[in-house]
Amino acid sequence: MIRNNEELGMRNEELKKAFPYGEGGRVRRGRMRSLSLVLLLVLLSLALTACHGSKGRAGFEVPAEFDTSKNYEITFWAKNDTNKTQTEIYKKAIADFEALYPNITVSMKLYTDYGRIYNDVITNISTNTTPNVCITYPDHIATYLTGDNVVVPLDGLFDDEKYGLGGSEVRFDGPTKDELIPQFLAECAFSGSTYAVPYMRSTEAMYINKTYVEALGYQLPDVVTWDFVWEVAEAATKKNADGTFAVNGQKVMIPFIYKSTDNMMIQMLKQLDAPYSTDAGEILILNDTTRDLLKQVAGHAKTGAFSTFKISSYPANFLNAGQCIFAVDSTAGATWMGSDAPLVDISPDSIVQFETAVRTVPQFDVEHPQMISQGPSVCVFNKADPQEVLASWLFTQYLLTNETQIAYAETEGYVPVTSKAQGDAAYQEYLHSDAGDALHYPIKLQAAQLLLDNTENTFTTPVFNGSASLRDAAGALIESVTKSVRRKQTVDDAYIAKLYDDTASLYRLNQSSGRSGMTSGGDLGPLPAGSKALLITLAVVWALLAAYAIAGKVKKK
Amino acid sequence: MKKILAAVLVLMLALSLCACVMAEEAETMTYADYAAAAVDDPVTVECYVQAHQSWWDNQVTVYAADQDGAYFIYNMACSEEDAAKLEPGTLIKVTGFKGEWSGEVEIVDATFEFVEGGEAFVAEAVDVTDLLGKDELIDHQNQLVAFKGMTVEAYDESGAAFAYKDPEGKTDDLYFKVSKDGQTYEFCVEFYLCGQDTEVYKAVEALNVGDVIDLEGFLYWYEGANPHITAVTPAAE
Repeated sequence: MIRNNEELGMRNEELKKAFPYGEGGRVRRGRMRSLSLVLLLVLLSLALTACHGSKGRAGFEVPAEFDTSKNYEITFWAKNDTNKTQTEIYKKAIADFEALYPNITVSMKLYTDYGRIYNDVITNISTNTTPNVCITYPDHIATYLTGDNVVVPLDGLFDDEKYGLGGSEVRFDGPTKDELIPQFLAECAFSGSTYAVPYMRSTEAMYINKTYVEALGYQLPDVVTWDFVWEVAEAATKKNADGTFAVNGQKVMIPFIYKSTDNMMIQMLKQLDAPYSTDAGEILILNDTTRDLLKQVAGHAKTGAFSTFKISSYPANFLNAGQCIFAVDSTAGATWMGSDAPLVDISPDSIVQFETAVRTVPQFDVEHPQMISQGPSVCVFNKADPQEVLASWLFTQYLLTNETQIAYAETEGYVPVTSKAQGDAAYQEYLHSDAGDALHYPIKLQAAQLLLDNTENTFTTPVFNGSASLRDAAGALIESVTKSVRRKQTVDDAYIAKLYDDTASLYRLNQSSGRSGMTSGGDLGPLPAGSKALLITLAVVWALLAAYAIAGKVKKK
Repeated sequence: MKKILAAVLVLMLALSLCACVMAEEAETMTYADYAAAAVDDPVTVECYVQAHQSWWDNQVTVYAADQDGAYFIYNMACSEEDAAKLEPGTLIKVTGFKGEWSGEVEIVDATFEFVEGGEAFVAEAVDVTDLLGKDELIDHQNQLVAFKGMTVEAYDESGAAFAYKDPEGKTDDLYFKVSKDGQTYEFCVEFYLCGQDTEVYKAVEALNVGDVIDLEGFLYWYEGANPHITAVTPAAE
């Protein structure tokens, strides 16, 4: 039934938190699952054509002085997680920056998902109407780089004595280069330069119904292994005689739900030190380890122990309703997790009381945990006027100030990207607060702390033109086998060989480099009835022809 | 012998052709069969397009119905050219799998073909005002439904009668709240179904708190009823 949801703020299918990088914020299901490769290629080719038509833009060189006698209007394309506080933080940052630099005006355009920003940037490259500053992902920037001098390499700006990080002429207390968390900055360096600064960082966390884990007779370890998750998840599929699940007494129980299956596959491969891609863009994901992992996932999907966001719905909805035990989602989605979550999408009477535990994503090697680093970065687009670019860079730097970093990080389970902000007394006070209100929601604080404690254990995947597509393919493999076993199809070597072929084709993966583990030319399954009939017909006809010929010869004799 | 051989050949070819057709032709289900099918079962239905969201990425999401019930066909494979032919009333045959996503029963991973010769059918809206807050409302899931005499409530603490999902660009969904008999409900104008140039989008933008209105829309479901509103008019006296 429709519920009275005045207390919930914005909710419904349109406000969900699905987008390719699996972070917080709720957007429409489906459309941004993946940008159309075809559309992308068309747009990209248009962009490249336009770039070549105009012979591209000259490379940027840092001006000796920032010209304060002229006015500059710069555009900033940002993304919020349908979170009004985040919008206000951007607006305040802009106002404060404009007060410091009266000759710079910042116009902000807000998006509700990264895919749209990506799409619009690609479109605007062809008309030289890119924004000045843009919140985006390194995978996306790698595509922008296919145009000439479209994105400004920031290395020279970082180190500029006057206007660089901590520069003498910068009018605010920004971080030095050394104060940027190295792991987060490293993600922004590719193709020989640094093309972005990190803005916020998150990772994935596993939000666990500890009450049910213990009810099933298990003790939750500090670091959870894949084996543990699968074992408990299988135990949770046990049903009562009346068809309800034993662990929750409800008709629904999906013990393990993963939000971003691209991350799931990427992290599993990384933890096993299995190939994914090279830094140069050679595609290696379609290998034997992936095949084994897919079979394992399929086995647990078949018993109902595992499902995904795309197939079932948000892990948080099931977790909070007592219908899921292990919910993997971004740390930036922590405010949706748990019995007392400040943000919920299900009716209050569906919420079940349980103890929520926060752990890293499941691991294969508990001594060497590994988890993905994700989160938005900021890039600066090149323009004809170097002064305009410098103005853009100054604003970009301002987004790294403690005030902006801390305020934004507190809106979700993000962490600031500078040691300067992370060590700030105000941030530490927030992080260790036991106020328990929405701002200091304990699960959110634990999620942020999880990343802070594991920064050394984070990794990112190589960035190259096509890495975004590879990421989509990684998730699609898991989605495909999960769907297939639910539909009573057999997931075996032949199935996976065909899945590899289909995936390589659909996602334009480099087939020559990605087939090491494939069973090429494997069994493609039983022949269709029509084909069988045709073959039988041919055999019968040949037999009759032979019989006729033999009969003819016998007759002649 | 030659005649016998020719006859056998023709017979076998005919049989093989029949086998081909039978292998490819899935049996069309009635709405009752469809409703009874389990989640993840393959389904094939003939249904009439009632509306569709904007085409995207060689896919289109369709609101469909027949005389017995309604279907939500999520991200159906469709060329842009074919999407333009999906006029209300058009009969199509859809093959896919039954899915359920946060309570919304839908057909996923679907393909379709146009069915020639059928008469167009466009469903009348079913008045479900009296079912608001009742479990029976789900029996009308995906149908075109009507809510009569609803009072517009303030959407949030700002006192506005509606909210943009994208307040800056205004190129996304609209949300608003209406009440009846002391209970308040949240409705949505799905941008991909009814964009900013449609009458309903403009009508919601013109709402004032306290207005009494009639609404029509498709009874979408997301953790409860979440109708995609297609028409807003002042309440009939």
